[in-house]
Amino acid sequence: MDQNSRDRTNDFVVKIATVNGTGSASANGMLMQAMFRMGVPVSGKNVFPSNIQGLPTWYEIRVNKHGHLARSPNVDLMVAMNPKTYEQDIAEVRPGDAVLFDSSWPLEEELFRADVLFLGIPLSHMCVENFEGARARILMKNIAYVGAVAALLSIDLEVLEEMLEEKFSAKQHLMDSNNVAIRLGYDYAKEHFDGLLRVRIEAMDANRDSVLMTGNMAAALGCVYAGATVGAWYPITPATSLMDAFRGFCADLRKDPETGKNLYCIIQAEDELAAIGMVLGAGWMGARAFTPTSGAGLSLMNEFLGLAYYAEIPAVIFDVQRAGPSTGMPTRTQQGDFFTVAFASHGDTKHVLLFPGDPTECFYFAVKAFDLAERFQTPVFVVSDLDIGMNDWVCEKLEWDDAFVPDRGKVLSAEDLQEMDHFYRYLDVDGDGIPARSLPGVDPKGAYFTRGSGHDRFGRYTEDGDLYQDVVDRIARKIEGAAEALPPPEVRLANDATVGLVTVGSCRGAVLEAIELLAEDGMALDFLRITGFPFSSAVEEFLLSHDLNIVVEQNRDGQLKRLLMLETAVPKKKLASVLDYRGSPLGADVVVQGVRNQLGLVAVEAG
Amino acid sequence: MTQTAKPSVRHPGLKTNKLGLTQRDYEGTQSTLCAGCGHDSITAAIVQAFFELNIAPHRVAKLSGIGCSSKTPTYFLSEAHGFNSLHGRMPSIATGANAANGKLAYIGVSGDGDSLSIGLGQFCHAMRRNVNMLYMLENNGVYGLTKGQFSASADVGTKAKRGEENQMPPIDPASMALTLGASFVARSFSGDRKQLVPLIKAGLTHRGFALVDIISPCVTFNDHEGSTKSYAHTREHGHEVVETDFVPLLHEIQVEQDHGASTAVTMHDGSVVRFRSVDEHYDPTDRDAAYAHLKKLQAQGEVATGLLFIEPMSRDLHELENTVDEPLVEVPFEKLCPGSGVLAELQSHWR
Ligand SMILES: Cc1ncc(C[n+]2csc(CCOP(=O)(O)OP(=O)(O)O)c2C)c(N)n1
Ligand code: SF4
Ligand SMILES: [Mg+2]
Repeated sequence: MDQNSRDRTNDFVVKIATVNGTGSASANGMLMQAMFRMGVPVSGKNVFPSNIQGLPTWYEIRVNKHGHLARSPNVDLMVAMNPKTYEQDIAEVRPGDAVLFDSSWPLEEELFRADVLFLGIPLSHMCVENFEGARARILMKNIAYVGAVAALLSIDLEVLEEMLEEKFSAKQHLMDSNNVAIRLGYDYAKEHFDGLLRVRIEAMDANRDSVLMTGNMAAALGCVYAGATVGAWYPITPATSLMDAFRGFCADLRKDPETGKNLYCIIQAEDELAAIGMVLGAGWMGARAFTPTSGAGLSLMNEFLGLAYYAEIPAVIFDVQRAGPSTGMPTRTQQGDFFTVAFASHGDTKHVLLFPGDPTECFYFAVKAFDLAERFQTPVFVVSDLDIGMNDWVCEKLEWDDAFVPDRGKVLSAEDLQEMDHFYRYLDVDGDGIPARSLPGVDPKGAYFTRGSGHDRFGRYTEDGDLYQDVVDRIARKIEGAAEALPPPEVRLANDATVGLVTVGSCRGAVLEAIELLAEDGMALDFLRITGFPFSSAVEEFLLSHDLNIVVEQNRDGQLKRLLMLETAVPKKKLASVLDYRGSPLGADVVVQGVRNQLGLVAVEAG
Repeated sequence: MTQTAKPSVRHPGLKTNKLGLTQRDYEGTQSTLCAGCGHDSITAAIVQAFFELNIAPHRVAKLSGIGCSSKTPTYFLSEAHGFNSLHGRMPSIATGANAANGKLAYIGVSGDGDSLSIGLGQFCHAMRRNVNMLYMLENNGVYGLTKGQFSASADVGTKAKRGEENQMPPIDPASMALTLGASFVARSFSGDRKQLVPLIKAGLTHRGFALVDIISPCVTFNDHEGSTKSYAHTREHGHEVVETDFVPLLHEIQVEQDHGASTAVTMHDGSVVRFRSVDEHYDPTDRDAAYAHLKKLQAQGEVATGLLFIEPMSRDLHELENTVDEPLVEVPFEKLCPGSGVLAELQSHWR
């Protein structure tokens, strides 16, 4: 369908180009939040550089009444506030769409395009006239373009003013200047450009049961609710905000009411080797402990992850993925760590993984991860990415069942130990591959020696091949047993589809949207979203029951596809890939194109 | 090779401590180290110190890295949970364990390779955090387990078994610890049990990180002529700067009477560490003076031993982090989970 002919109310993309470190992030967030409060499905994606100040940064807001909130490249309004990127920003706009720019200085002649609407507002001039001081002028210019965009899109000014009121209620002078700035932009745009845009927003009621949150916030809150007491970490984007959030929640929610002391301990380690070591020490001691990290940190943790696997120590690791290899593009999203986490460390290992698809799942999977880690006495990875972790998503409100009892697994009490003839740490007494564990300090009978060196089922050092193998085979059985205990995959079936789209994590929205778009062209596709590893039988069944499974993921090497090849009975010829690993959140356009290519179809020009 | 259990024979006449345990109850499995290895003597001193301090073995966590030295936790306190971790990474395990449960006694055993090369970072940072633990650095100047390479503590000019001379300056854990702000720094010699046992006791009682650097000769790779970490060399060049006596809390008054002339430092729990300076005016509570003295002796080719420095009222990890008094592992779940009401309240702001 031609974009011009369709109703574009509540169906558009605004892209804002600014300079890093100028305070634009909070202004952009305000815009997105205002749209959220108007009850309209919306998403905001921050595209930012690995830099504190000075480099270009973008924020993409997509509004979609049908709830399709994956990234879309079809920009309707470009808010071009960074002269250094004018050229590329203006080139990105489609014919008939609009560019909002600061007309305090004239736009160079060659940047103009005849097929694009140029909306110039002298934002800097207005701010110089109205505010004192360089910093205030820069900050208020951001608020002024928020006002202008609000006018252009018919965002309810009252909603914005109410947000300012909440934010600055304690700081009258800030509230005053923000209100002035909003009005500057708003009034100018109303006066000069009213009704010029093809797109507009109209209040809906789609967000009644939703909240705005990032995956890292949600995961941190999951740690609080799961009863985690020890967190160790080393700062790394995009995982840092997870520990920041945990610290913030704990400061409010984890103070001993009588003494005011902390019911938690957060340690900023000297590196990730130490961070994971601390988590293992705490887990061995019986605390629920976790570490948030990203690819580079995981690489460092490898030796310890093997120890945790082999010595059977619970631990929860949040891997908020970013673009690798090496330092890669540290502020860009990717799903390139699947191999690293699935088989982390030397020797035979295999780890339990959870793949949340949005912040809501980050919360629930975080809680689940601690249960699984203790039940299976092994490290459990919650594998998200920068898009889920750091961007604000409109999410289903979180629920908590106050009857929840954490699953501590087979932890022996002093009484349990006293009743036993002998306690042997690595003896599987009930056939599920999971031995019982004792905690230090509880009872002399529980004492054993934890080691990463060869040990037999009785926990004794050994270099005897058979005794060694007995233990590693049991651990393999134990981990296989975890597959069915993980959250079930998400499956959506069309009628009589023979092709399945398989995906994971943050790709969910783009893939579901692509399925709808392709269905409009008469192509029926089933949907499978993997949520855990080792893969459950439901995953294998899905793959086997389709002629072709196209695995959509964000890495170069088709890591998820290869894992499916290795770990399920699906024949190689039933698997294909659609890959996008350029560092941006996935868009449906890429999936549609990729699927068409895979199926040998030529794109049909919409009429 | 599977480790051998020691026959458990109880002699009715064996002395018992306040818990009714004999010294044998503080032992572990049979050592598999080379006969005469310094590390085994240290193990014996550890056994004696825990026995004499009346510490219940199961209330101890014993941890180590990798190396011959790091094997020794199996040879003491068989009723304590043990953790033989990774090469150089014991401090992080100990830190996390201690964060989770600060009410156990912690003993970490490490080697000079383990602590001063691969694990130098973790060693330093555990000291900075003042993790409440006794840290035994069994220092032989070589990597024993990998067959005799020089370690970072090897002195300039010391000779390897096959004759090559070490050219690089050593990392001295004791002086480094002083500069890092460590709250307890001691040095001893595996061959001097009389000096070592009170140091271990004082270190265990100290609230904070207690480093005991112990010259512990490797008879197989570093006990020859020309080695500065041999038994002979250490006996000749060890220089006790202070005599240290550890006086547990209960005996305070009685001991007051015995040693009128020496200086005493009271520990967190009220125990007393009593010093008698061998070197004139040596003051083990003066960090800068301790450092200067150490360096002076080092320049003379002598190794200062004894309790070199103590800051008895230093703040440990838990005080620095303001954690609750009860061990975090014992806090009931209800106190940790804020519940559905709070969740709803929180989310009302996320709009
Ligand atoms: C990551 C890693 N690298 C290398 C080794 C091999 N390794 C084992 S023990 C050791 C040196 C031990 O020396 P030290 O800590 O001084 O202990 P000692 O045997 O002398 O008591 C080395 C290099 C290892 N275990 N792990
Ligand atoms: S090689 Fe050296 S350090 Fe290792 S056990 Fe033998 S004597 Fe001790
Ligand atoms: Mg050594």
